[in-house]
Amino acid sequence: MNTQPVPFAASEMMIVAAARALAGARTVFVGVGLPNIACNLAQRTVAPHLELIYEAGVYGARPTRLPLSIGDPALVSGSLSAMSQADLFSFYLQGGRVEVGFLGGAQIDRFGNLNTTVISAYAKPKVRLPGSGGACEIAIHAQKLFYIMRLSRRAFVQQLDFVTSPGFLAGGDARERLSMPGGGPRLVITDKALFDFNTPDREMRLFSLHPGVALEDVLDNIGWPVKLAQTLTVTAPPTDAELRCIRQELDPAGLYRQ
Amino acid sequence: MNTKLLSMREAIERYVHDGHSVAIEGFTAFICFAAGHEIIRQRKHDLTLIRMTPDVIYDQMVAAGVARRLVFSYLGNPGVGSLNCIRRAIEQGIPAPLEIEEYSHFGMIGRYIAGAAHLPFYPLRSYAGSDMPAANSRIQFVQSPYDGETVAVVPPLNPDVAILHAQRADAAGNTQLWGLLGAQKEVAFAAHKVIVVVEEIVEEAVIRADPNRTIIPGLIVDAVVHEPFGAHPSYAQGYYDRDNAFYLEWDDISRDAERTAGWLDEWVYGVKDRAEYVQKLGAATRQRLKPGDAWSQPVNYGDYR
Repeated sequence: MNTQPVPFAASEMMIVAAARALAGARTVFVGVGLPNIACNLAQRTVAPHLELIYEAGVYGARPTRLPLSIGDPALVSGSLSAMSQADLFSFYLQGGRVEVGFLGGAQIDRFGNLNTTVISAYAKPKVRLPGSGGACEIAIHAQKLFYIMRLSRRAFVQQLDFVTSPGFLAGGDARERLSMPGGGPRLVITDKALFDFNTPDREMRLFSLHPGVALEDVLDNIGWPVKLAQTLTVTAPPTDAELRCIRQELDPAGLYRQ
Repeated sequence: MNTKLLSMREAIERYVHDGHSVAIEGFTAFICFAAGHEIIRQRKHDLTLIRMTPDVIYDQMVAAGVARRLVFSYLGNPGVGSLNCIRRAIEQGIPAPLEIEEYSHFGMIGRYIAGAAHLPFYPLRSYAGSDMPAANSRIQFVQSPYDGETVAVVPPLNPDVAILHAQRADAAGNTQLWGLLGAQKEVAFAAHKVIVVVEEIVEEAVIRADPNRTIIPGLIVDAVVHEPFGAHPSYAQGYYDRDNAFYLEWDDISRDAERTAGWLDEWVYGVKDRAEYVQKLGAATRQRLKPGDAWSQPVNYGDYR
């Protein structure tokens, strides 16, 4: 529907929006896929002191190539510390040293709860998904949670088939009542728009449309009547410098920009 | 000399038996495909397979029909997508139904620690608000006797056999590992029997010259297998790279049960051991996976005679 040609891909907008949200951050727990490249972009732009933490047991990674998996050998060489996963999960994550955690998944609901386990019933799944990995612990412990996923009615649903990782649960102070150390969902980065949780009941709220995206296009792709910020902004498009860094330095093969 | 050196065939024959629980650990790195393939060749069955990330090795083993049960925390092909054979088993019962017991990563790590340290359970701040405890009744919550706070607990895990890949060991099984340490130490101490598989066998003096790097002591090791390239298509830091091209290719092969069977025929049943697999892989692939050098500075432990 969008007739204006744009000089960047939707995935590049997601990467750039995620990187900008890391401005000034010290530590980030990096996930597979887009967060990988977003964190590397942030380190080169808005967050020069950012240290990348990988659940495989690496602190302060400086990968010299874009890793396909979160267990790539390039994460180890040149890092500040390579440790057992017991140390990583106990002292870094549970110890409260992770400022931002990135997650994504098959389904998310209005309170930022996440399903990465099954579609349909657990005992007899129509689709068996990977499960938690470290996601449940990241959701509980990271000081801020950023979600990065494509907008669609299949993903943004009224009711999750399974809660793998808790967001704000039923909303309000549900997290606090369970004494969860982390601050919970802060930002949802999609290919069409950005959402926050700045509402009294901690429900997801649309606050920014990406350039050229119509409001209806966003609303049509969400399975509940989503709340809107008082003023909707338009996300600043990727700058030439950001695009150059992504295309020439971080992902010259275009693996993350299909 | 106290040698525990065995061939892979001997080690699997001696220590892995039908119905056993087996943990071939290694988080993306150091996954001993050579051992998994030998278990398939020896047609072991009714195994409980334990791994945080079942990875392509358990996808192949489930497709080959060696497993009855799977204990895990992340069921994906890392960086690629699904484990298609395990999905077929869970979703459609092909080639046979597969029982599952599921945790988070920290939960699995905690289970190994409790198993290794002889504790009745391991407490962790996780699972609150998640449906995982409803899906697995072994995840429980207890109250702290000190301040009444509620924490999750997971039970100890003591595999019958743990199989761990590493860069080097001496003939007594003192094993040195650098790179992603995963939960290698924890699962080794938790297991009843331990097989270590290494790229190089070194003299005891090499181990003693750098004791901080010894992750698994020979004290708990039952067998040492010298198997260069034994982790391919996974990797050994500094020795060879992860074969990402194969992980991508497996996604395609494994979507089809017949193609999967054909692959197992060619690359597992069709070779007699890992040496033949490595030869079949070819010099060009081995060259493609060879990393450059990045040496650390030597450290001085001091001589106190």
